[in-house]
Amino acid sequence: MARRVPDGPPPAPVVQRLRIRYAKRGRLRFTSHRDFARAFERALRRANVPMAYSAGFTPHPKISYIGASPTGVASEAEYLEIGLAGVVDAETLRTALDAALPDGLDLVEIVTAGPGSLAARMEASAWRIGLPGVSAEDATHAVATFMQCAEYPVERLTKDGKRTIDARTAVISATVSEGDEGPDRAPRAILDLVVRQVTPAVRPDDVLAALRGVAGLALDAPPVAVRLAQGPLDDAGLVGDPLIPDRSSFETAP
Amino acid sequence: MGPVMSIESVFSRLEPLLPRVNKPIQYVGGELNAQVKDWDDVDVHWALMYPDAYEVGLPNQGVQILYEVLNERPDALAERTYAVWPDLEALMREHGIGQFTVDAHRPVRAFDVLGVSLSTELGYTNLLNALDLAGIPLHSVDRDATHPIVVAGGHASFNPEPIAEFVDAAVLGDGEQIVGAITDVIRDWKADGCPGGRDEVLTRLAATGGVYIPRFYDVTYLDDGRIEAVTPNRDRVPARVTKHTVMDLDEWPYPKTPLVPLAESVHERMSVEIFRGCTRGCRFCQAGMITRPVRERSITGIGDMVANGLAATGFEEVGLLSLSSADHSEIAQIAKGLADRYEDERVSLSLPSTRVDAFNIDLANEFSRNGRRSGLTFAPEGGSERLRRVINKMVSKEDLIRTVSTAYAQGWRQVKLYFMCGLPTETDEDVLEIADMAHDVIRAGRTATGGKDVRCTVSIGGFVPKPHTPFQWAAQADPATVDNRLRKLREAINANRSLGRNVGMRYHDGEPSIIEGLLSRGDRRVGAVIERAWRDGGRFDGWTEHFSFERWVKAADTELTEVDLAWFTTRERDGDEVLPWDHLDSGLDKQWLWDDWQDALGEFEQDDCRWTPCFDCGVCSNLGTDIQIGPTGKTLLPLVPKH
Repeated sequence: MARRVPDGPPPAPVVQRLRIRYAKRGRLRFTSHRDFARAFERALRRANVPMAYSAGFTPHPKISYIGASPTGVASEAEYLEIGLAGVVDAETLRTALDAALPDGLDLVEIVTAGPGSLAARMEASAWRIGLPGVSAEDATHAVATFMQCAEYPVERLTKDGKRTIDARTAVISATVSEGDEGPDRAPRAILDLVVRQVTPAVRPDDVLAALRGVAGLALDAPPVAVRLAQGPLDDAGLVGDPLIPDRSSFETAP
Repeated sequence: MGPVMSIESVFSRLEPLLPRVNKPIQYVGGELNAQVKDWDDVDVHWALMYPDAYEVGLPNQGVQILYEVLNERPDALAERTYAVWPDLEALMREHGIGQFTVDAHRPVRAFDVLGVSLSTELGYTNLLNALDLAGIPLHSVDRDATHPIVVAGGHASFNPEPIAEFVDAAVLGDGEQIVGAITDVIRDWKADGCPGGRDEVLTRLAATGGVYIPRFYDVTYLDDGRIEAVTPNRDRVPARVTKHTVMDLDEWPYPKTPLVPLAESVHERMSVEIFRGCTRGCRFCQAGMITRPVRERSITGIGDMVANGLAATGFEEVGLLSLSSADHSEIAQIAKGLADRYEDERVSLSLPSTRVDAFNIDLANEFSRNGRRSGLTFAPEGGSERLRRVINKMVSKEDLIRTVSTAYAQGWRQVKLYFMCGLPTETDEDVLEIADMAHDVIRAGRTATGGKDVRCTVSIGGFVPKPHTPFQWAAQADPATVDNRLRKLREAINANRSLGRNVGMRYHDGEPSIIEGLLSRGDRRVGAVIERAWRDGGRFDGWTEHFSFERWVKAADTELTEVDLAWFTTRERDGDEVLPWDHLDSGLDKQWLWDDWQDALGEFEQDDCRWTPCFDCGVCSNLGTDIQIGPTGKTLLPLVPKH
């Protein structure tokens, strides 16, 4: 039995790299990373994007996902990079891809990739977390106590069992504000976090577990978290836009 | 019927529960091509349920077709609902949230109709659970004019007697047209001001002759437990209810915009039904019997559905569905045409194949031009040639070996063989011949490949006699017999270690088959068993990890009095027995079925009426239908490039 190899020429090379910012909104925040990847690949096909593929019998489109948010957490700032076998107009593609994705998985921006790694620019994330049933006063107290700790180990349940994670060191800032009342007129404090990108990633749930441990902070219902931004960290401790270098190099891009 | 007002979504109450359950994405809807219409803009509201988990139910073609057909009507809307897993069920009960649709998260209780697609009898407990979760009384007689009309469809509805108490209506056959007729009746009745309440709307449905209303029929029994008669108990109700047959598939190119789930489902591909019905005449096959006659979709109709469906979904695999896809009169042209069209598009094509012949391999090669040649599946179904004559699935061992040799020589690495165990007249020896066949397949593969590592997987299902088939009178084998035969088969396969190590064997134990048998050929007395099994915790009975044989046996022992589990399953029926489904007309002539059963016992084969003269099964003459097959002589032209 001769080993079969795919007929025809090798796959076309990558001639254009695009960087994409997308959002996971509303009920589609329950989309897992794998779910999103399937939906995105189908959207690429519906939008007739001339993707570049890997070689072999099961060629894969050239897509790099960067730091996906956890299932159940909404996000305004998810990023990925795609390699194309043909040159397309970024804005036309944004419109076509957005239309090809279900509502709630929304294309925010597409830019032609400039030099340098996008993943390397992802130094920190900004998260906003609604805390149902928690007053701003209680949240402020819990956050102050938490921030005074140098480290705060919490346990996270993973597929492989329990894992201990330091929920404190990666937290650069934590700010509490008064939120709107929930539908049941219960208070709902808002917690804004800036968290440094570390491995393993510290997630909103880890910080909430720490607040529960350090000050007994208890929620009425599961928190609703949104990643607002992801990118380079400036001197003031704020998260910047990671696509700025790409936009500024756009004129010189092929 | 829901009051005429907007119905509120339960999503705001459901949402806080979702982070606490497994795979919440399955409950949120929002799939590509899902539709949400305004409640107040339409007259008739349908909830369509597939009573299994979302990952199984979403790809179901029947539900997707009816969802589109109904939503295209300006006077109707349709939303989907699926069985919820026990983790969410517990939270819904704790928080008082009823069964909901995934499209707009409206409570199922508010809809006019709950249409349930019953592909398998093992979904019955999930149906009961959904009714209960929805706040709909379990029994039809306890419902009033404010409750949805519960309509069963799908293959299991060809004998809905076991669930007769729980459904208000059942329809047999193709759903495309009858859902429209039902919608008309309900719309008009509502427009009239709902005269006569629930009884009247059900009577109007019964009067069409195409909707079975179980409560309008009385069943009487003989002293020995057999049925004496099933008779209508009121005027305007026909003595027999007839199945529905769509006659021109090209007029019904549904689903046009297939649903694309975000969650992973059991079929990650788009399906195009290339024909409906089958006249191969396999005697065990209920689908082949109840979907006659054969009606082909034309080659151009198929080409259009594939092109439109791919554009609407972005799927990268297309499955060409039917009961025996290689039998389409223009399958070679379809295969070549589609393979040409999509050669450069990274679309893979698949054909669920069961025919054992070289032609099938040509097709499979065409469909894998640039792809991997991993596995081919053939279904001899019976282990010995004698048994294959009994079941009317004629293939010789020589044909099979020749076919698999060709497959291995052309680069296929694995061959899967499907069989059934527990067939009528079967002996240990019939089943043990499967081992010889598997060994010969490996030998042939080694010869064809020069000694390479080839695999053969033998997959075995327990045979369950089904209504409206020649085997409807047969005794089902008891689980111990089946399990014992399969144990001996495994020993025989492994007796030759050199060959046996390349043979895999997959089978399920015989116990679920007996319960499926009870539910398949049961009568109205089985309803109490289903209700008991559900009350005792029965859910997701099609899932090994949820199915409990003990629970079902206990329920049968508790609820059945003059007859028992064995009476319904392992008892052979006489020709003069009134069967629970005799008043439901699949078109098949009961005398023809009986003669075919006798032919089976005599080991006589029956030809296919597509290529030989009509043998009077009764369907075409009784229903006014006919076979619709090509060739049309048309071809698939290249698609205009999209860029």
